[in-house]
Amino acid sequence: MPHRGNSVAKGRGAGLGSRALVSMAVGGAVVRLYGVVAAGGFRRYTTYRVATAAGVFTNTVFGVIVAYTYIALWDQRPNLGGYDQSQALTYVWISQAMLMTVNLFGGGFADELVERIRTGDIAIDLYRPADLQLWWLSADLGRALFHFLGRGVVPLTFGALFFDLALPTDPLTWLAFLLAVLLGVVVSFALRFLVALSAFWLLDGAGVASLVSIAGLFFSGMLLPLNAFPGLLGEVARALPWSSLLQIPADVLMGRHRGWGLLGAFGFQLGWAAALLGVGRLLQSAAVRRVVVQGG
Amino acid sequence: MSDLIELDGVEKVFEVRRKTGRLRREKREVRAVDGISFRVPRGEMVGYIGPNGAGKSTTIKMLTGILTPSAGRLRVAGLDPSRERTKLAQRIGVVFGQRTTLWWDLPLYDSYKLAHRMYRIPDARFRENLDRCVELLDLASLLDVPVRQLSLGQRMRGDIAAALLHDPDVLYLDEPTIGLDVISKAKVRQFLRDLNAERATTILLTTHDLTDIEQLCKRVMVIDHGRLMYDGALAGLHEAGESERTLVVDLERELPPVQAEGARVVKVEGPRQWLAFPASASAAPLVAHIAQAYPLVDLSVREPDIEAVIARMYDGRPLY
Repeated sequence: MPHRGNSVAKGRGAGLGSRALVSMAVGGAVVRLYGVVAAGGFRRYTTYRVATAAGVFTNTVFGVIVAYTYIALWDQRPNLGGYDQSQALTYVWISQAMLMTVNLFGGGFADELVERIRTGDIAIDLYRPADLQLWWLSADLGRALFHFLGRGVVPLTFGALFFDLALPTDPLTWLAFLLAVLLGVVVSFALRFLVALSAFWLLDGAGVASLVSIAGLFFSGMLLPLNAFPGLLGEVARALPWSSLLQIPADVLMGRHRGWGLLGAFGFQLGWAAALLGVGRLLQSAAVRRVVVQGG
Repeated sequence: MSDLIELDGVEKVFEVRRKTGRLRREKREVRAVDGISFRVPRGEMVGYIGPNGAGKSTTIKMLTGILTPSAGRLRVAGLDPSRERTKLAQRIGVVFGQRTTLWWDLPLYDSYKLAHRMYRIPDARFRENLDRCVELLDLASLLDVPVRQLSLGQRMRGDIAAALLHDPDVLYLDEPTIGLDVISKAKVRQFLRDLNAERATTILLTTHDLTDIEQLCKRVMVIDHGRLMYDGALAGLHEAGESERTLVVDLERELPPVQAEGARVVKVEGPRQWLAFPASASAAPLVAHIAQAYPLVDLSVREPDIEAVIARMYDGRPLY
């Protein structure tokens, strides 16, 4: 038999107090459950290999086009947004790497969740002994990891080989970048979770979803770095949650946030993640109450 | 305390708002379940039937805790389902014929791994239950196959296994044989019979396929318009529904309707005639009479059609 469960981890920690043991066991069980969900989220995308290869190709071509647009732009306006040309090109290739990771085009779990709400399959999710938000967050983190490795690494490597990029050599900066990406994924999830839950009231979340998707494309800095936006528009854009998705991870990788500034950037992402997840939680309990009492 | 499912005067009222004018809205109450009481003891297999919109799914949803009753008392395995939903989830299994709990894009086995973690099934228990399900539901060759590639019958068997890995005391089956071919249906039914016999799992089955009921359930409950119309043995349903058997006779030629005591002709088609007579009566005297008085070529007796009985019941009047 090729498949069997993991080996048993029992009989350990006999010296600990029973309460600590119980809470450890519960914590371990929770981690295992959502670990399996995240692994599933990762694996389901690995089955579509051709689609992934096509996606990598598209990202790369798209990256080349945007790169030459930026070269033209930076020739006219050197130091736009405080970036020199090689930093601008680095920004282009990071954004190609992040595009799918933080799901800037929308879709993914949100479409699936909306569909489940519309068809009533959500009832199945509700009677499971698992938390709806944590479940989908885990699945989306698994997906994000796959897209980061499958759709992110290749375009960024391609960019680094064929363009003059300003990539850091300090491994700590790369580590900080990974953390910023993780937080960006969580913020992106939290936003899309809110949008998806609106389907409980609207039944069709397509309108809200496309609105938020367009806003995301613009306010994440996908089209142009937010630092290049002038005046008040720039201030607002940088304060909105979408700047956590791309602008902040890119600036972290290019070393524009250092020391306290770096902590501030993480704090900004963490703040939005906590706030949006919190609202999502409230909305979720309202939605569940509505289903439970009203029958959806 | 041996009653695993208890309902006392359970009601579920939905408020439906309807636009009646430009700004006016009318509130209307829909009583999906209108005062239902029944008990199901441990180990019983009960059929729960009724036409579409009768309140079957609403009842099941209340029994799983997804819906709160508007009135009445509801207990499953001693728990209040809507208050203790997560706790209850450990005690019940649910299979929806038209929905799947399996991970669509992933191999079947991944969904079982998930159930293992979700229900915190001890490893040994998980392996034992999985092996059993794999053997009895014939899943061995399917474990590596992504769920989306499974046929409907295979997926259904996969779903049933997923609902049973945590040893639930109660299993709700909502249309478990819908869309399945004859062989798959037989496999599913045999499995449920064994499960009920060996583990004393209490099973509540909703279906439109009355063969499911005939083959699996001694007790049947009929619900319509949110009320229980019948609750008792399957055999009693025929009496309650005044069911009839049908005698089909082929005569030598076209003749006026056959005259026979205790039977009436319900249909004539050329030389063939259909006679209805009470299910409780013997067919022998009737056949003897016709054979003597008419030029009989061939005949056959059709057993009472339970679907017809229930259809008559759905028409409205309470039967007891």
